[in-house]
Amino acid sequence: MTVSTAVPDETTNPEPRLGRSWHIVLPLLCYLAVGAAMIIYTQSVPLDGIERGSLNLPYIFGRTWEHIQLVFYSTVLVLVVALPLGILLTRGTLRRATPFVLTLVNVGQATPAVGLVVLLAVLFQIGFWTSVAALFAYSLLPTLRNTMVGLQQVDWRLIDAGRGIGMSAARVLFKVELPMAAPVILSGIRTTLVLSVGTASIAAFIGAGGLGDLITTGVSTQRNLVLVTGCVLIAVLALMIDWVGGLAQRVLAPKGLS
Amino acid sequence: MADQSTSGVPIELRKVTKVFPGSGEPAVRELDLNIPAGEIVVLVGPSGCGKTTTMRMINRLIEPTSGDIVIDGRSSHDIDPDRLRRNIGYVIQQAGLFPHMTVAANIAQVPKMLGWDRARIAERVDELLTLVGLDPGQYRDTFPRRLSGGQQQRVGVARALAADPPVLLMDEPFGALDPISRERLQDELLGLQDDLAKTIVFVTHDIDEALKIGDHIAIMKAPGHIVQYASPAEILTNPADDYVEQFLGAGSSMRLLRLTKVGDIEVDQVPYASEDADAAEVLAEIERHGLDYALLTDGMRRPLRWVGAEHLQGLTGPVGSAGDPITGTLHHRMTLQDALEALLNADNDVVPVVGRRRAYAGALSLSTVQNAIQAIKIRERERRLHRGETGAGR
Ligand SMILES: Nc1ncnc2c1ncn2[C@@H]1O[C@H](COP(=O)(O)OP(=O)(O)O)[C@@H](O)[C@H]1O
Ligand SMILES: [Mg+2]
Repeated sequence: MTVSTAVPDETTNPEPRLGRSWHIVLPLLCYLAVGAAMIIYTQSVPLDGIERGSLNLPYIFGRTWEHIQLVFYSTVLVLVVALPLGILLTRGTLRRATPFVLTLVNVGQATPAVGLVVLLAVLFQIGFWTSVAALFAYSLLPTLRNTMVGLQQVDWRLIDAGRGIGMSAARVLFKVELPMAAPVILSGIRTTLVLSVGTASIAAFIGAGGLGDLITTGVSTQRNLVLVTGCVLIAVLALMIDWVGGLAQRVLAPKGLS
Repeated sequence: MADQSTSGVPIELRKVTKVFPGSGEPAVRELDLNIPAGEIVVLVGPSGCGKTTTMRMINRLIEPTSGDIVIDGRSSHDIDPDRLRRNIGYVIQQAGLFPHMTVAANIAQVPKMLGWDRARIAERVDELLTLVGLDPGQYRDTFPRRLSGGQQQRVGVARALAADPPVLLMDEPFGALDPISRERLQDELLGLQDDLAKTIVFVTHDIDEALKIGDHIAIMKAPGHIVQYASPAEILTNPADDYVEQFLGAGSSMRLLRLTKVGDIEVDQVPYASEDADAAEVLAEIERHGLDYALLTDGMRRPLRWVGAEHLQGLTGPVGSAGDPITGTLHHRMTLQDALEALLNADNDVVPVVGRRRAYAGALSLSTVQNAIQAIKIRERERRLHRGETGAGR
């Protein structure tokens, strides 16, 4: 920080304004257009019986909804686990456990996703919640790591100032540390979301549904249109969720930091 | 802690020691320090000598290894740390403002914790911003990042004063500022202190800052002990040992000029009379003083004009409007340095000195100031000689 002379009536810069709102929604509209174009195309070309089984509207929307649910539940689980864990691992003596926990979480991330899903299916049972568990293990790391890094890089002098004016440790955590770490944590959550949208395709292998069904069907019946539709819809969904994540980052990040 | 809020409370450090885990040498060693209520006490010394550690033990950001700290008669050990700290203002270098909170929210933190209602907090925030010289309308809702270093530090002081604590701890608060802002904030702090009379513990490594703002100065030496605890003038005229002398460095005489007030030295006395005094009597008075001029004053003894013996010769009755208007006065609270500056620039050799209500208190000439400096130098030389004889054991 450069320090300049304290001229009392020095002018202050105005707050930067959020960009025009329609600029922000432009990408979303593009993604929606691509998704819609893909679906309309599948409805307007002649389909054979197998293709019709996978490319009718109720089926596509049903799989999309399942996909969203897989992502939603696994991400909620990630938040419920990673945020408290990340906070705990940056407190006092627990700090020493950090390397072990990160190694463990890294294993989850480094295992090939398919392997993880199948392993869990063997251990437990085929189905939706097993897929959620696999997705959770696979996408935990970004949120956990960013929570820890975000909290660790808060300027210690701010924490000191907080304690120094009589804030309790908990108050410093909620009023100073978490808000200051919010941008980093939010970007971790965004990564988790995008990662799990992609990975959720694999749920189809153990009968948990989702848009991955289109891909497996497309491959096994050699119907390229079905395969491509599945891929495009997953990509569009990932982009849209990333867009929502970006918006959340802008809205939720504390003001005054830049 | 005292309920009557605006004035400070005494703080006493009794044989306070701090040994950080894993370090052999104590950071602070059996330190005794009596901080009188309503005074600014400066802890000064080179980096690493234990100033910050000493200060942070007062609000228990660091727990002493042994010893006791008594604040307003109560051992700080018996007070819940968070509650203790809400009653002790805390200002650090670069202010430590929360960047994600507006200026108002920063200042409001302690009152919020104390459960004040919104209206009272808002009112207090504006009051404090005005107190530290920032326009509330302009700065209330800005974020710290948009403020200059000096402005941030003002907000830092406002935040520390928010709940009107009797004690203020300031750790190198102006250390990161440019010299001009630093001087200004020092002056403002002294101005504030005139009204608030808090007990302020101020840490700095800058001896000039210490001499300027301290009522008492504790000169510290590593590892964590006090070498001399005295008033600025005492430290300048009578440094305890070579360490202190070295720490003061060159220019002690110049500093003494800055520290000594016109009222502290013996000023000249000149004959003075009001305008309706008899000219012949004034002339006689002038001759009795062995001078050739006198000062004319108004009814409240405020200096008006110099009148020379030649003006009065042959004049009968009241002096009236004879003589030349004075071109300036020195105030008895001016520093000797400022007086010297004024004398060098004055038209006359002698300049009247005024005291309370600008009433005549004497006069000053360059030679008088010179004599005063001479006296200081002689005293200093004698002291050094004296130490040469007795200081062999040190
Ligand atoms: N948290 C700490 N842990 C270990 N040693 C410390 C800690 N804080 C300060 N010290 C040591 O204590 C001594 C005094 O430090 P400090 O009080 O910060 O000095 P100053 O403020 O005068 O520069 C230094 O030697 C420093 O290294
Ligand atoms: Mg220090």
